[in-house]
Amino acid sequence: MRSSAQAPAIGVRAPARPAAAVSVRGQRLRQLGGQLLLQAVCLLIAFVVLFPILWVVSMSLDPRNISRPTELTIIPPGASLQAYVDVIQRPTSNPVSLPQLAINSVLVAGGSTLLALALGVSAAYAFSRFRFSGRQWLMLAIVAVLMLPAVASLAPLFVLLNKVQFSVGDISWNLRNSLLGVVLAIVSGALPFAIWNLKGYIDTIPKELEEAATIDGCSPNQAFIRVILPLATPALAVTAFYGFMSGWTEFVVSWQFLTNAENFTLSMALWGMTGQYADNTPWSKFAAMAIIVALPVSVVYLYLQKYIVGGLTVGGVKG
Amino acid sequence: MAQGRAQGRARVTRRSALPYLYILPAFVVMAVVTYWPMAFQVWMSFTDYGLGNLRQDAPLPNFVGLENYIGLLTNAISIPNFDFFRMLGFNLWWTFSNVALHVSLGVAIALLLNAKGLRFRGVYRAIYILPMVIPQLVVANIFRNMFDPDYGAINQGLAVLGSLFGVEQAAFHIRWIDQIDPPIPGIPLTLSYFALLVTNTWLGWPFMTVVASAALQSIDKEFYEAAHMDGASAWQRFRHITLPLLRPAMVPAAMFGIIWTFNLFNIIYFVSGGGPLRQTEILVTTAFRLVNEQRLYGAAAAFGVYTLLILLALTFITNRISRATESAV
Repeated sequence: MRSSAQAPAIGVRAPARPAAAVSVRGQRLRQLGGQLLLQAVCLLIAFVVLFPILWVVSMSLDPRNISRPTELTIIPPGASLQAYVDVIQRPTSNPVSLPQLAINSVLVAGGSTLLALALGVSAAYAFSRFRFSGRQWLMLAIVAVLMLPAVASLAPLFVLLNKVQFSVGDISWNLRNSLLGVVLAIVSGALPFAIWNLKGYIDTIPKELEEAATIDGCSPNQAFIRVILPLATPALAVTAFYGFMSGWTEFVVSWQFLTNAENFTLSMALWGMTGQYADNTPWSKFAAMAIIVALPVSVVYLYLQKYIVGGLTVGGVKG
Repeated sequence: MAQGRAQGRARVTRRSALPYLYILPAFVVMAVVTYWPMAFQVWMSFTDYGLGNLRQDAPLPNFVGLENYIGLLTNAISIPNFDFFRMLGFNLWWTFSNVALHVSLGVAIALLLNAKGLRFRGVYRAIYILPMVIPQLVVANIFRNMFDPDYGAINQGLAVLGSLFGVEQAAFHIRWIDQIDPPIPGIPLTLSYFALLVTNTWLGWPFMTVVASAALQSIDKEFYEAAHMDGASAWQRFRHITLPLLRPAMVPAAMFGIIWTFNLFNIIYFVSGGGPLRQTEILVTTAFRLVNEQRLYGAAAAFGVYTLLILLALTFITNRISRATESAV
């Protein structure tokens, strides 16, 4: 397509030169050379991008049960899925299975996402559509919190959630040392983000749609439920996925809060398997674990990628 | 027009309780899990809150005034090799060096992908998106192992490359993470900084390429045709058409990248652990250590207050830059 647009320009110029045929051939050669150069650079970049991925995939298939790799191979001799089987049964030396770790990660990621979205969307709607006294101050209160990374308020959250504990007979329970405590600590930052991101998107939905609905006799509540919520579905999906992704790989809060192995999450287990001295974990097991943690969210991200980048920039730049 | 409509709406809803009902659930929850902890944090930052004050029946911590705040700035905190201003300086350098590299690589590769007549464009686009898609935490853990001096893929790969030029394998026992001497004499950056830079650049450029590609595709082709007619060279076309028209997209993306990279916990904590000798520690990793390893909750609270103030300043500056370039275009 593009080269055919180029062709007439050459055709127009060519007659002006004495050796038209030679010039066209020279042009072709130059194009071929340019294409080869482009391909070389593109392939080099592709190699750099794929190198770590191939390394991990290759290691995860290594059946030799060597604890550390000593050479680079693409497909190791006698490739097998044994490392995956080992990891699913017992990833770390802690008495916790991979399904349990995955369930904990889903509870943390899903719980914090659901809570932040359910509470956040109505607030985002109010901030986008109503003008009420105190609105600007409340919005400022949300934006101010957005800037604070979770780890900066880790100390007060740890201390305060630790105060919520009781023991009845043999059963003792501590909110800090539970998945619910981790969820609450994540919501502390995820909720302001959800409000801000959703508000940015709702701002872009034309007001005329609700006004038409109001004229047809919709109350503001009905307009919210029947008009805004369906239209905001893409933003809800993106915010939900973004929240789930950050909950899925959450580390700081869970590492600080949780001490019982049955509550551990995937990212905690992965870190326990990383590094040369980690638990004597064979690197093939580490690699299999890395792939198991990354694959589900990566596939969904790849599928939603267009919407996620768009969704973030709508909320981020114009919010 | 829109202004008038908004005011009309404001009159209708001013006395209505409805907006407050809509925001009530969110603010009740945030009052408990966001604002109350923040207020508590300010109080904590003036105390010597520590492990001993955690028990249910423990006494209240002692009020120590500004001791935590002063202690952090004068490095009187019980962390070896702690140096507040060196860390802040490294944090800023880490941020700007990364973002500058990501933006220039991102734009360059976007231009490459946009090149006329490039074959397999779709394949390359699909591959280049991968670093953005894989969770950062997993990538950081993988690179930690890749930079291992004995078994890591980086040294093994370099040895394979080196053997082509007859360099012995032993030359590539590079201690990426642990070597204390800076590789470039006179510049106080450890080898682990470069390992971190490589890791984060692998992760960071595709986002900039995605942003730049979208901006490139929205540039009107007629500009280039007109410039071509006027005899502008390729460099002139890039300098006077592409670059100015990319700027409105790249500046906000770069500002987003600055805040993002400044707070990038995962890469530093998992790849270098802030080492060697805390040379690559940044604010967020130090905040975590104060709580997780040192259990100095009072000092950690004060540190969080400093972090917020520094981030407010940084956000203020980046917003000013964004706005200044907006009006300049």
